[in-house]
Amino acid sequence: MTSTPNGNVAAEVTDQSASSELQSALDNYNQLSPRQIAWRRLKKNKVALASGIVALFFLILAYGAPLFAGIFHVDPNSRFPDAIDGTGLVKGSFNGMGLHHPFGFEPGTGRDLFALLVYGSRISFTIAIITSVAFAAVGSIFAVIAALYGGKIDNFFGRLADFLLAFPFTFFVIALSVPLTKSIESTGIAQNNGARMIMLVLLLVIFSWSGFFRVVRSQVLTLREKEFVMAAHALGAGNRRIIFKEILPNLYPLIIIYLSISLPGYLTAEATFSFLGIGIQAPASTWGLTLDDAVNYWQRDPVYLLIPTLMLIIVVLALNLFGDGLRDALDTKSDR
Amino acid sequence: MLKYIGKRAMANGLILVAISMITYLIFWALPVNPASISCGTHCTPQKIAANEHLLGLDVPIWVQYGRFVKGLVVGANYADGQVHCSAPSLGYSVPTNTCVTTLLAQKFPVTLSLAIGAFILWMLIGMSMGIVAARYRGRWPDKAANAFVLTGTSLPTFLLGLLLLIGATLAHWIDPITQGLWVAPWSDPIGFFKNFIFAWITLAITSAAIYTRLTRGSVIETSSEDFIRTARAKGVSEWRILLKHNLRTSLAPIISQAGLDFGGLLGGAVITEKVFNLQGLGNVAITAVLQTYDLPILVGTTLIAAAFYLVFNLIVDVAYSFLDPRVRIS
Repeated sequence: MTSTPNGNVAAEVTDQSASSELQSALDNYNQLSPRQIAWRRLKKNKVALASGIVALFFLILAYGAPLFAGIFHVDPNSRFPDAIDGTGLVKGSFNGMGLHHPFGFEPGTGRDLFALLVYGSRISFTIAIITSVAFAAVGSIFAVIAALYGGKIDNFFGRLADFLLAFPFTFFVIALSVPLTKSIESTGIAQNNGARMIMLVLLLVIFSWSGFFRVVRSQVLTLREKEFVMAAHALGAGNRRIIFKEILPNLYPLIIIYLSISLPGYLTAEATFSFLGIGIQAPASTWGLTLDDAVNYWQRDPVYLLIPTLMLIIVVLALNLFGDGLRDALDTKSDR
Repeated sequence: MLKYIGKRAMANGLILVAISMITYLIFWALPVNPASISCGTHCTPQKIAANEHLLGLDVPIWVQYGRFVKGLVVGANYADGQVHCSAPSLGYSVPTNTCVTTLLAQKFPVTLSLAIGAFILWMLIGMSMGIVAARYRGRWPDKAANAFVLTGTSLPTFLLGLLLLIGATLAHWIDPITQGLWVAPWSDPIGFFKNFIFAWITLAITSAAIYTRLTRGSVIETSSEDFIRTARAKGVSEWRILLKHNLRTSLAPIISQAGLDFGGLLGGAVITEKVFNLQGLGNVAITAVLQTYDLPILVGTTLIAAAFYLVFNLIVDVAYSFLDPRVRIS
C-alpha cells in the first residue's frame, strides 16, 4: 500500500474494498458449516421452498385432522343421509360442495368427503413416514456393518440383497398381504387396520432396503479409505467410535436425500395397494381407498374422483420437487 | 467366456431354486389354510381334511416341495390321480380346475404384448428425451425434459392409467365393456392395438422418466471423455458426435437397466393389467389372492416372474461382458 504511486491510490482503494468484500464473503462462506451452506442453497431454490411449504401444509392438515375437520363440524364417521338420493348418488352438482362441506360427500354412505380425506391422509402419511424411516435405518445399518466388517458378513448381506432384488416384489406383497395380516392379528399386537398397517410397513421395508443398502455400502467403502478415518484408526479409535463419530455424520446427507425421495414413493405405494384392495380396508379411509371407490362413480360424479386425484398428485409432486431441491442443496459435488 | 456364462448361469439358477424353496416355505408356514378357504360356508372338519388331501396339503412340507420339483421335471398327477399335468408342471389349481402351467401359458401372450409395446415406447421416449436434454443442457429442452421426469415419477401408475382410461372412454376411443378381452394381433390388429395402446402409454410415461434421467446423465458423463474432444477437434458435427461417438459408450448402463426392467415386466404388470382389465399374469395373481387364495397359482406366478428377472439378469451380464472385457476377468 505504501509503495503504491500516489496517482493510483483512488483506483487501488476501490479495488481493495471490492476484493476485501469478496474476501470477507468467502471467509464467511468458509466458516459456514455444511448444514448452513445447504440451507442457504435451499433458500435460493424458490420452487423447492414453495413445494416444501405445500407439503408441510398437507402434513399439518393430516395430523391436525380433528382440528381442521372440527372447523366445519364434521368427522369421518357421521353420515349425512339428506345429502344423498335414493340411488346413493350425491344430490346437487359438484358433489354437493358447500360452506359446511367444502368437498361435498362420499356417494353411497353420505360421509363428509373433506373429513374422510384429511383423516385418510393421516393414515397414508403415517405409513409412508414410518416406512421411509425404517427403510433408511435398516439399509444404512446393514450397509455400515457390511462395509466395515467386510469378508463373510459383507458377502452375506450382499447375497441377501441380490436375492431380495430378484424377488417379484408386487406379487409377494399381494400374496402375503392376507396371511401376514392374520399372523400379526394372532400375535395380538394389533387388529384389523392396525395389523394391515404393520403388514404394509413390514413388506415395503423388507423388499426395498436392499436398494438403499447398495448405495450406502459403496459410500462407506469410499469413506473408510479417507484420511480422517485412517487417522482415527491410528489414534486407537474402536469400531464403534468410527461408525458413530466418523462415518455416520458423513452419511447424513445421503440418508436425508433418500428419505425425502422415498417418502412420496411410499405414499403412492400405500395408495396403490389400498386401490388394489390389499391395504387398509373400509370403513377407515385412505386416499387410495377413496380413489378406488370414486372410480365406480366417475361418470355420474366426476368431482368425487377429481378431488382425491388432485390432492394425491399435488402432494407427491410437492414432495418430489422438495426432495429434488434438497438433493441439489446437500450434494456437495453439484454446483448448480 | 463360456466359463463366465456358465458361472453366472449357475449362480442365477441357485437363486431361483432358493426363491422357489422360500416361496414354498413362506406360503405354507402362514396361518392361512387354503383348504378351509376353498371349503365354503357349510364346512366340516371332514370336508377340510378331504380338501387338504385334494390339494396335496396333508403331507409334510418337504414332501410337498419334492412333489413340486418332480412335477416340474416329469409332470404329475393331482386330485387323487384324476388330473394329469404334463412336464413343466407348476401345480394344479383346484378353484379353476386347470393345470397352473396351462393357465399361465394361456395368459402369457397378454403380458408379453403389454411388455413389448410398453418397452419399445418407453425406450423411444426416454432415450430421445434424455439425448435432447443432454444436448441442450441447461436450456429450455433440458428444463422441459426435467419437468417430464418429475411428472412421470410423481404420477402413480394406477392413477395415470385410470385417467387415461377415463379420457379414452369419454372420447369413444375404447369401449369399456370389451376393453381387455384378448384379441390376437394377427386376427384383429386394430382391436389388439386399441386394447393395449393406453396401457402401453401408461407404463411408458412412468418408466420413460427414469430412462430420460439415466440417458441424460450417461451422455453428459461421456461428453467429458477425451475421444469426444478429439472428434470435435476433427470437426465432426455436434449431432454426429452425440449419436455416433457418445451414445455408443453411454448405452452400457441404459442397456443393463433396460434388460432388468424388461425381465421384471414379463412377470406381469399387476397394476396396469388390473386398471385396463388385461387378463395377463399379474391379473391372474391378484385374482388368485383376493378371491380364492389359490396357492399353486401364486407360487407359479411368483416363480415365473423371478425366473424372467433372473434370465434377463444373466443376459445383461453376458452382454456387459461382451461390451467390457474387464468384467469377465474380475
